[in-house]
Amino acid sequence: MMLAAAAAFAVIMAKINEIVGPRRETDEKVTTYESGMEPVRTARERFSVKYYMVAVLFILFDIEIVFLYPWAVSFRQLGLHGFVVMFVFMFVLLVGFVYVWRKGALEWD
Amino acid sequence: MTLESILFIVFAAVGLASALLLVTRRNPIISALYLILNFFALAGLYLTLHAQFIAVIQILVYAGAIMVLFVFVIMLLNLRDERSLREGLSWKKVFAAGVSFGLLMEVIYILMTSASGMTELLPAKATEIGTVEAIGSRLFTRFLFPFEVTSVLLTAAIVGAILLAKKKLD
Amino acid sequence: MDHIDILITLAKIVAAFAFLILGAAMTVLLERRVSAFIQNRIGPNRVGPGGLIQPFADVAKLVMKEDIVPRSANRFIHDMAPMISIGVALSTFAIVPFGNGIDIFGRHVKLMIADVNIGMLYLLALTSVGVYGITLAGWSSNNKYSLLGGLRSSAQLISYELSMGLSLIGVLMIAGTLRLDEIVLRQTQYIGGILPKWNIFLQPLGFITFVIASFAETNRLPFDLPEAEPELVGGYHTEYSGMKFGLFFLAEYANMITSSAIITTLFLGGWDVPYIEGLGLAPLTLALVQVGGFLVKVALVVLFYIIVRWTIPRFRYDQLMNLGWKVMLPLAIANALGTGLVLLLIA
Repeated sequence: MMLAAAAAFAVIMAKINEIVGPRRETDEKVTTYESGMEPVRTARERFSVKYYMVAVLFILFDIEIVFLYPWAVSFRQLGLHGFVVMFVFMFVLLVGFVYVWRKGALEWD
Repeated sequence: MTLESILFIVFAAVGLASALLLVTRRNPIISALYLILNFFALAGLYLTLHAQFIAVIQILVYAGAIMVLFVFVIMLLNLRDERSLREGLSWKKVFAAGVSFGLLMEVIYILMTSASGMTELLPAKATEIGTVEAIGSRLFTRFLFPFEVTSVLLTAAIVGAILLAKKKLD
Repeated sequence: MDHIDILITLAKIVAAFAFLILGAAMTVLLERRVSAFIQNRIGPNRVGPGGLIQPFADVAKLVMKEDIVPRSANRFIHDMAPMISIGVALSTFAIVPFGNGIDIFGRHVKLMIADVNIGMLYLLALTSVGVYGITLAGWSSNNKYSLLGGLRSSAQLISYELSMGLSLIGVLMIAGTLRLDEIVLRQTQYIGGILPKWNIFLQPLGFITFVIASFAETNRLPFDLPEAEPELVGGYHTEYSGMKFGLFFLAEYANMITSSAIITTLFLGGWDVPYIEGLGLAPLTLALVQVGGFLVKVALVVLFYIIVRWTIPRFRYDQLMNLGWKVMLPLAIANALGTGLVLLLIA
């Protein structure tokens, strides 16, 4: 319900502008902004593969976190067994993390 | 009609519509957006089944993480329009149509043969097993081995990703 | 769920919306006044008493402006992006408990909109979807500054999302539930009879990493790289004007309030006002005082956000990513495992 209400609000606010606001389109105005220069080529260029790397690593660690949540919630019932189990899980992933670090995939320069 | 069945119809309709739009749109980014909407509809369906954890994971992992990568890749490859990829009726399309048809038949067959037992699958037990607590206590005891193996799988994926990207980095 | 329940929920939604939007407006004003104070200026003080009407005048102005979409932009996505941003910003608020339940007309009303037993995961899930607003805004504008801003921002957001998710694990382990109202309830006791049992005292490291991650997630200075003015003009919203720009702006402030509310709920005891049980207040008065206490705490955290913005310089991008991956992530993991160890030793 909150999602629906939020969506409705977003659409109304964005569209109200189209109704109330003026519309005087000129050639200059709808040109892409580039500090007053004529735009050079398009912005749809290829960009650094590093952003892709970050996204891949994010997915993998996100899945790790997803596993941590049910573990944390039922930690008290699981006790020592739960701790050991998660420690092994985290250790294997930490090996991966150290590998990423050593390979320099986390460097931004 | 109960509230639940109304919700089911709404989510199913959104899911189907977004799936159709996903495959028919020209612009890959817009297709990706419809896929995200589709994931939300799926999450809604999980919610009607009282599988709250799965519903949230659907959004957190699929819509929030994997699709970010998809969008990045679409941007990275700079596919302005799929027109450049357009191809005629090749053997790929024939193959794809054949596989889809086979899957459809399979689904219809399953629905025809087991339709009777479907509705009673959602008694009080369903609300019990869908919670995070229940998943936590099962996952780390009964399903311990698959869980630990997952960490190895994830690490392998990390190494693979680095190896693939490293060629481009150097 | 009967009709009255639906009405109550609707009333709660309206109240929360009003709170968020008015709160965002007030935060904008507060930010301008505080920054003026820090920089020895006066700030907006003409529109209404002390400038109180200024934010509304700003909104009215934005609505009257022309909505310019660059010719080379992708119109559909250009329109969608601010809607995603504001939609996510507003709906996150649904799970924040304002106060303990109150009994009115023989009904027990919980002072939160969505009483879901996956509260905390809902928060993370929505945060993860919020990335799209900025990424798509940057991409659809087809402007180099916007694209760079959007890309940087999405890389930053997903990196800090990890530390954010991880730093909550400690709180979860102590509380043993994902429900935010129960997490608050657990914080109402005392340590040794004196100190309130707030998670900030039990989880200092988790608190620090969570606050830092929240700053990064809301794109506030020192993490406002996506819109680093000197290098990227306006960042991802360079090509936005009128109310679509206003929505991004509003989303930033709504996010700020929501994350302050979440910080308050998870670490600062939520609506808990310590030592109040001794006064023997009537239940309704008590509930109101608690809601008041919650609002005061949120306001203080918001003020903290603002003061930090105007006193700390911006990170360089490589420093930002280093901090996220090489400092915050290991710290948060260590915190989770350390908490587990301590809990085991106690038990």
